Amino acid sequence: MSVAQLAGGRVPTFARRLAVRDPLLIAAGIVMAGILVMALFGPLLAPYDPNQLYVGPVSGPPSLAHWMGTDDLGRDILSRVLVGAGPSVFAPVAVVLASSLLGALIAIASAWFGGWVDGVSSRLIEVIFAIPGLVLAVLAVSMFGKGLIAPIVALSIAYIPIVSRLVRASARRELAKPYIAALRIQGVGSFAICFRHLVPALLPAVLAQSTVGFGYAMLDLAAISFLGLGAQPPASDWGVMIAAGQPSLLVGAPEQSMFPAALVVVTVLAVNILGARVTTWAEGGDR
Amino acid sequence: MNASVARQLLGKLGGLLLTLFLSSIVIFSAVLLTPGDPVVALAGGVRPTPEMIEAIKAQHHLDQPIWVQYLYWIGGVLTGDLGTSFVYKTPVEELIAPRFGITLLLVLYTIGLIAVFGIGSGILAATRGRRTDRAVLVATSFGVALPTFVVAILLIWVFGRVLGWFPVYGAGDGFLDNLYHLTLPAISLSVLYIAYLSRITRGAVVGQLHSEHVDTARVRGIPRGRIFRRHVFLNASPQILAISGATVAGLFAASAIAEQAFGIGGLGSLLTEAAARKDLPVVQVISLLLVILFVVLNAAADVAIALIDPDSVKPRRNA
Repeated sequence: MSVAQLAGGRVPTFARRLAVRDPLLIAAGIVMAGILVMALFGPLLAPYDPNQLYVGPVSGPPSLAHWMGTDDLGRDILSRVLVGAGPSVFAPVAVVLASSLLGALIAIASAWFGGWVDGVSSRLIEVIFAIPGLVLAVLAVSMFGKGLIAPIVALSIAYIPIVSRLVRASARRELAKPYIAALRIQGVGSFAICFRHLVPALLPAVLAQSTVGFGYAMLDLAAISFLGLGAQPPASDWGVMIAAGQPSLLVGAPEQSMFPAALVVVTVLAVNILGARVTTWAEGGDR
Repeated sequence: MNASVARQLLGKLGGLLLTLFLSSIVIFSAVLLTPGDPVVALAGGVRPTPEMIEAIKAQHHLDQPIWVQYLYWIGGVLTGDLGTSFVYKTPVEELIAPRFGITLLLVLYTIGLIAVFGIGSGILAATRGRRTDRAVLVATSFGVALPTFVVAILLIWVFGRVLGWFPVYGAGDGFLDNLYHLTLPAISLSVLYIAYLSRITRGAVVGQLHSEHVDTARVRGIPRGRIFRRHVFLNASPQILAISGATVAGLFAASAIAEQAFGIGGLGSLLTEAAARKDLPVVQVISLLLVILFVVLNAAADVAIALIDPDSVKPRRNA
């Protein structure tokens, strides 16, 4: 039997079983895959130049030539949405990667060394937590100017407490388990215990938190762009598009705002569903 | 409240003051990390002569060591002298004072909506059977993915273009007109938090409904309404209160988004505008104000929780 036949026989059965047991998860997975394709290949898929003015009528409704219609400057909305997918998706990914990495590092150091290290880092986390993410981002923008970079850095810092509080608690629980003591007695070095045993045990929790965090980061960054402080026009970041389309709402042309808004909502919904499943899985692995 | 509870609360208060002090240093140091010379920003457009530079430095204490500058700044903030705007050249307090009221009203309106609909739907989900529970679950799943700016544009489209029941621009004049104008902004701010609070409430209430003390109360023949108020909801309330400090402080920041969408001249739109024009003194003061609100509200929530459940302030093992 060939590999193809083997796979052909097994994968659909598995997929079918999963589809019956958890259709929501499958739907969320498909949506996320679609969003990811948009983010990666958006500029290649776009039928028009996203910044080319008057490729169609002003505020035109969806048509065969312009599937999502055209905006108040006659630009093709589908092309703008596709090209804007990259920054709209990868900026929150950057926030989540940076905050998870930093948060996990601080938390593990806290749990591992205890004492003053724990005291100082807990106080630091407390201070960061007291400054809302949006405020830190706005502060960063007023220091370094408009654009996506300052908000990404600010949110990466602002999200550290969410990760590190959770990871610190899990790490302390893990370190109190007998197998860690057993490894120590066997003479396994601290470095090996930390990176071969502790870190892998904490990964599911970090992954779960990162998935949920991606949704928050996407909403916060889109809000900052909506306020005009993030990505700058003519960039077609989804938050920018939503804000730019606001005047058209009142003349009965909601497409310009609604399509990017719908994409933000659908992405966050899908991520939340995935996040809930990952969290269940991570908690199951913890017991 | 007994002595040990009071002592625990005092300890927490000390921690909160320390947090407040440290975050004020973080916010102050923003001016040091900013590229460019604040003297140029304060001179405003014109190329300053050496005499002007000296005068500006002396006036704003920029010739002093950094820690003295911090003391001048924080001392000013504490005594109501909030510094000078880079852009408007006017005292920051004159910019903030007229705008604070409308933002406060918007936030209070939003809190009202969140409390009524968030807690209400959470209780319904927990007590009115499977079908209601499912319906609320589906609604809140959508709700937590509906940020302020999305709800705002939906409402502006529906009410501004299609229905026209509520105004979609400005804050109006007079208290009732203010409320009328702030209805849509408050709804747009509240949807996500209603969904979030609904889930927290449902979880907390279900947790209590399944506990032994509620079974015992039922067996003792206590009326259902009384069981719910005294045994279920009261015990569930600390979990609900625990998230309220951060939520409300977050609302003052998030208000910027609703104010932007609906053209309201409040604290949030001032913050946005100041950030866009790099008016750092204004941004710093508003940031500090939001942090103070966060700390104070969290402290208030902690005290309320301690009054309901004195055990909550006993040292936790894993905290």
